[in-house]
Amino acid sequence: MKNTIKQLRHSSQFMVGFVILVAILLLIIIYPIFVTADPLEMVGRGTFFKPGTYVSVVDAVTDGASTQKSYTLNLDTSASRLNARLSMEDREAMVDWLVRFGGVAEGGISTSDDDVPALLELWSEKYDSTNPQKGLIAAKKKYYVRLDKSLKELNNSTDMILAAQGEDGLEQTGTIADDSYVNVKDIANQRTFILGTDNFGRDVLTELVAATKTSIIIGLIAGVVATAIGLFLGLFAGFIGGVVDDFIMFVTNLFTVIPSFVILILISYSVGASARGVTMVAVIIGLTSWPWTTRSVRSQVISLRNRDHVNMSKLSGHSVIRIILVDILPYVASYVVMAFILQISSGILAEAQLSMLGLGPATTTTATLGLMMNWAMTYTAHLNGSWWAYFPVILTIALISFSLNLMNTGLDQVFNPTLRD
Amino acid sequence: MSDGKMAILNGKGVTKVFGLGDKKTVAVDHVDFSFKKGEIISIVGESGSGKTTLFKMILGLINMTEGEMFFQEKPRDIKGYAKKREYWKNIQAIFQDPFSSFNMFTKIDSVLLDCINLSGGKNLSKKEKDEKMTEACSFVNLKYAELTNKYPFELSGGQMQRLMIARIFLLKPRILMADEPTSMIDACSRATILDMLLKLRDETDMTVVFITHDIGLAYYISDTVYIMEHGKFVEHGSAEEVIINPQAAYTKRLISDVPKIHEEWDLSTVS
Amino acid sequence: MGKKMLEVNNLKTKYVTRFHEDVYAVDDVSLSIEEGKSLGIAGESGCGKSTLALSLMGYYFAPLHYISGDIIVDGKNISGMKPDEVRKTILGNEIAYIPQAAMNALNPTQKIISFLGDVLQAHDIKLSKKDLLDMAAERFEALGLPKEVLQKHAVELSGGMKQRTVIAVSTILNPKVLIADEPSSALDVTSQKMVIKMMRELMEKGYIKSMIFITHELPLLYNVTDDIMVMYAGQIVERGSAKEMVFDPMHPYAKGLMESIIVPEAGTRDVKLKAIPGTPPNLKKPPEGCRFAERCRYAKPACYLIAPQMRDIGGGRMHRCMMGEERMKEVYSHE
Repeated sequence: MKNTIKQLRHSSQFMVGFVILVAILLLIIIYPIFVTADPLEMVGRGTFFKPGTYVSVVDAVTDGASTQKSYTLNLDTSASRLNARLSMEDREAMVDWLVRFGGVAEGGISTSDDDVPALLELWSEKYDSTNPQKGLIAAKKKYYVRLDKSLKELNNSTDMILAAQGEDGLEQTGTIADDSYVNVKDIANQRTFILGTDNFGRDVLTELVAATKTSIIIGLIAGVVATAIGLFLGLFAGFIGGVVDDFIMFVTNLFTVIPSFVILILISYSVGASARGVTMVAVIIGLTSWPWTTRSVRSQVISLRNRDHVNMSKLSGHSVIRIILVDILPYVASYVVMAFILQISSGILAEAQLSMLGLGPATTTTATLGLMMNWAMTYTAHLNGSWWAYFPVILTIALISFSLNLMNTGLDQVFNPTLRD
Repeated sequence: MSDGKMAILNGKGVTKVFGLGDKKTVAVDHVDFSFKKGEIISIVGESGSGKTTLFKMILGLINMTEGEMFFQEKPRDIKGYAKKREYWKNIQAIFQDPFSSFNMFTKIDSVLLDCINLSGGKNLSKKEKDEKMTEACSFVNLKYAELTNKYPFELSGGQMQRLMIARIFLLKPRILMADEPTSMIDACSRATILDMLLKLRDETDMTVVFITHDIGLAYYISDTVYIMEHGKFVEHGSAEEVIINPQAAYTKRLISDVPKIHEEWDLSTVS
Repeated sequence: MGKKMLEVNNLKTKYVTRFHEDVYAVDDVSLSIEEGKSLGIAGESGCGKSTLALSLMGYYFAPLHYISGDIIVDGKNISGMKPDEVRKTILGNEIAYIPQAAMNALNPTQKIISFLGDVLQAHDIKLSKKDLLDMAAERFEALGLPKEVLQKHAVELSGGMKQRTVIAVSTILNPKVLIADEPSSALDVTSQKMVIKMMRELMEKGYIKSMIFITHELPLLYNVTDDIMVMYAGQIVERGSAKEMVFDPMHPYAKGLMESIIVPEAGTRDVKLKAIPGTPPNLKKPPEGCRFAERCRYAKPACYLIAPQMRDIGGGRMHRCMMGEERMKEVYSHE
């Protein structure tokens, strides 16, 4: 046992997988301690908010207006605003117009950030919407008109007046200077969504952590159910042999031949949406994925059955149950552990597949990785570019499977001497 | 029973057939034998001669296709697991490969303790059990104190095979079946095992059936030798008779094929 | 005195385990074989016989590593060569090696003749199909193998036949040294005899110039080789002619081995066998003094402290024991 652990420590594959898995487990344990909010709380009003820090506009404005919390910074606000907002595409269109209709020499002006003020100056000097602009289609002409208008707004560096609804109509309450800044930390109401929000306006990160936890639980339950059934049937079929073996193998082959995913869909569907909780789905997954464990445990047991130490135990007059438990089970244990790890991994994947089809846990109280993918797909996150709603989920599933499979390979190398280098 | 010794195990027309129809192979073909109490009997044959199949049939690990066996001159009845367990109280075995004969998850003391419990010493005090185990270990020149808390795979092949004999010493069966117990261990520890089997026979009057492919070993250890070829006994008799003065052509060939040190080894006899 | 076919001086090699521990399996081994001679190496399992065989080829790959020493094949030192170079220029045409389970090395999907083709191809020898077949048939018949074997698959042959085929294929290039590591241990006595006969023929007909035969079966060595060398814990403990070694061993370990010989000959039944107690030392940390001291019947306190050196006592006889020859005679005669 000590030696096995020593060997495991030397197996780089096992250690990488183990570290990833432990990191994920730590995340799902520690994160809820700090973020106690309900993972399914609908924070956002609207779908798919980008990742980032959201600050209250009213707070920012009022804080900016009050003298205590506002700061005056000597920064060229309009220039950096322009640099940030004026896209390269627009800049190129402007240069194009100036060269074609403004009489500016080709290559006379560039689109780099440093040249933006010069470009704007040239633009305001040369651009004229009444120019016939030969060769431009009407849409393009309108585009230039719109561009010109937005440039005027961007370039605006006048102060803004704040007003409130008073008894005699609007009353000026203050002004916000163009160079007035407010520290983000001073704003009372703000919220950071590291991974944005999903279609229901729920914080994706918090939801993801909760979903990972649920999915791992599903994987564990499915793994335990499948391994227990597989081990039990495999041990008895292999050791007792004869008619028992034939019958068990008949059933097992039946399950192996019919794609288990089809059975999974049929069972999930017939159970009905109301009964499909997290545990139910996990058990269903477990009930359909035992045949491979049975087959491999059985073949291992058959090769063990005629080993000398089993014969020896028989000659000593031990009972069949004792022989199975003491002389057979420890020899297949390493194999069963590996099968169990793979079952967890495939259980998580099966839940994701089922949920993608809408046959996963029908629940509004807990999220699973599969359900998150399902929601993202239903609300076409992949079409409107809301990558944060599905990509972290895919990554999590991949990482869990990857780590479990790596651990399995590492264990295989330790338990199976022929694979050692 | 010419020499007055009681037969402990007799076989009549013992046959084992594997497979069916065209793929039928007769591993053991109507063999008769009579093992006498307190003798060391060698069954010699090349690989594939059916000696291991016969070994397993005598042990009751596989069933006979045909034939009868008589244990202590009464027909042997081993139908069902309960009757087999009863039979196994009288017959024990040592296997060829010591490394696979032990459950590698069980410690050595519990292997021996198990034997004490099985041979009716369940109610002995811990001290008495310890004494018994120490006695068994010293019988095979092992130190019990060094073995406690060790696993069988920490021992060498020779030591494991000796532990196996210690086990037999505790169980004291009537018959010991030994299937090539020395073929997987070094030549220089071979002598130890053979001498221990002889000692075991001398002290407990056990019948030892020694299965081997090495006719030299058979000559050294046994009283009676059975030579087996293709599932049949071609010759049997006392060791001196059979090996020094062989009659069957197969026995002659076997003996001439073994390298010797005092006589010239004639290589021209093979084609 | 014939030409030296293989000379090994102070060869040291080691294994590196998974946990980066060094196991010194061959420690300071020197030996030489003359043309037309055969050398047997005996010893119990774990004494470094097989590792020595691998080390002699100069073909090192993990976990076996070369430390120091020379391997001179027919006047050419191969100890510093790269594994790839060794494989191309030495293996097959200078040294041939037959491992224990050689018969399992035949690819079951190919005919025997194609293995011969592979050997020639690997050494850049181009022959037409017909020439190859003629040459192979000639060699096989000379060694007493039917030439029909060439057109068969490995599965159609018996174990003994397979082993003989492997030997015939691996010596097709007339190597100077044949290293055979337990070539007959997995076989029946009859097949074993055939293999031995064939190896003798190889020597007699000059297809191989010298042979190293490794086995733990002493009667076999006695009948096959001219000289016998006994190894213990990675070192050679005694060397001498086969007859001297079997009937008059000097080193206590060699003596112990010879006392465990069992042969079916009249009279041997009454000779009591003696066994060597204990197990060989752990080669990760070999004992400082004599490596055999712990198991030796004749060990003196000094044996545990001073490592004895190899002593040449003339006539090709050498041993590694603290006791002088006279003392040995005296001690042994008292038993």
